[in-house]
Amino acid sequence: MTNLPSLYYHRSRLEIRLLLRNRNAVVFSMLLPVFLLFIFGSVFNKTKLGNTGVSFDQYFVAGLLASGLLYSAFQQLAIAIPEERSNGTLKRLVGSPMPPSVYFVGKLAAATFTYIFQAIALLAIGHFSYGIHLPSSVSLWLDFAWISALGLAASALLGIAFSNFAKNGQSASALASPVVLFFQFTSGVFFVYANLPKWMQDVAAIFPLKWMAQAMRGVFLPKLFASQEVGHSFELPKAAVILGAWTLAAALICRFTFHWLPKNET
Amino acid sequence: MAAIEIKGLTRRYGDFVAVSNFDLTVAAGECVGILGPNGAGKTTVVEILEGYRHRDGGDVSVLGLDPAHPTRSWRQKLGIVLQSASDLNELTVREAVEHFARYYPKPRDVDSTIELVGLTDKATTRTTNLSGGQRRRLDVALGVVGTPELLFLDEPTTGFDPEARHIFWGLIERLKHEGVTIVLTTHYLEEADALADHVVVVTRGRKVADTTPAGLGSRSQNLVSVRWYEHDELKEQRTAEPTKFVRELAARFTGEIPGLEVVRTTLEEAYLELVNASEQ
Repeated sequence: MTNLPSLYYHRSRLEIRLLLRNRNAVVFSMLLPVFLLFIFGSVFNKTKLGNTGVSFDQYFVAGLLASGLLYSAFQQLAIAIPEERSNGTLKRLVGSPMPPSVYFVGKLAAATFTYIFQAIALLAIGHFSYGIHLPSSVSLWLDFAWISALGLAASALLGIAFSNFAKNGQSASALASPVVLFFQFTSGVFFVYANLPKWMQDVAAIFPLKWMAQAMRGVFLPKLFASQEVGHSFELPKAAVILGAWTLAAALICRFTFHWLPKNET
Repeated sequence: MAAIEIKGLTRRYGDFVAVSNFDLTVAAGECVGILGPNGAGKTTVVEILEGYRHRDGGDVSVLGLDPAHPTRSWRQKLGIVLQSASDLNELTVREAVEHFARYYPKPRDVDSTIELVGLTDKATTRTTNLSGGQRRRLDVALGVVGTPELLFLDEPTTGFDPEARHIFWGLIERLKHEGVTIVLTTHYLEEADALADHVVVVTRGRKVADTTPAGLGSRSQNLVSVRWYEHDELKEQRTAEPTKFVRELAARFTGEIPGLEVVRTTLEEAYLELVNASEQ
């Protein structure tokens, strides 16, 4: 049995099963946004942003969903792939007749699974314990779906591209975690983007997280909050274009830099 | 048609010449043993054949294809057991074999593959909890589950106890009976002796012998050791004509020659002599 859809299905199942068997991954990766909401929510619970009536929690949830895209796709793949390159997983796979796309589909499935788990946990706990408002219309939910899908694609491909620059899982973790943290601080996740220094906004605006967070605010914050944004709009079409461009660029980087074997083994 | 044809294979790592002008032909259905000390270039040769490493020169054909440009249908005919692997940790034996079976068009039955390598009792055990030898047998199971025409085994029994090694040899014999061509890299002379139809000795990237295990043993010019005591001192003479030598020795002694021993050189000694000679 070697038809492609069936291999995609079985590899994805295997990746998700392995994910669930790794308790650290379940706790730290899948529940991290919930922990962060708990901590920040406890500190800033009563804080309202300007005169919009929007709570910091509501603003923060949009940023956490965007961060979730980075955790589950970018960070997870940026760490898992170098680890699998150094422990021989990739060497075994490339020595087998597995079509290469099977591996990447499996990784994307693992990232998607983690993200869905994170998002459901965050929105359920956020809604019932912190009074987070959920999107009120089908069209907002559809926006949420495409932002998530495009964000996952961009993050996952960037994670795969990033994986080519680390020797093993440990060094990948040391490299990827500060990158994620840097963008969370500069892209309007932990702080309100409009309040950041101009130069910081300009730097962040080149990269995807700012656009994912802003687009998520377009879904989770009331329309009138748009006036508080730097561009006086949530700029969803612009976010789509920029995330699409990053997805393409990352795919090209992967195409030319991805290697199955450690550099000294070819 | 030969399963493997290598002519003038060369591979460098920077200035270091790992493999130099290496030739080898392996007939279909044959088991070839590649012997040599650590760092001799065995793994480099084998990994070039497997399509993992590139080469700097020479012509190589494996099952009719240049391994520098592997294709999926070519990979389907190969089985690879790498020297060391620490992947698959959280999968059970059965899950791992079942998963890899999916990548091949004509896989072996999963349960009978597990049985073949003697892991039936461990089928539901996670790979992390296997002993070193069991883990190695799982690697072999994954190497043979696709019913390969050509199987590469890179130091398959390193770390095995003697009993496990003999069980493993039995498994390889069965695969040989099925007509699988086998390339076996090993440190163990007795392993090559037991399994290989044909042995190649590699030192410093060069082939220094290409013969049968018996041929390797008789390669040595000084095949036999004669030992005795003279003036309370152990003497040893290596000779190709032991009878003649002992006759001369007997003429020097009145009566018994003290502590006389005539010992035929083992395969291992012949090998070490060959390696030492070529490393000097």
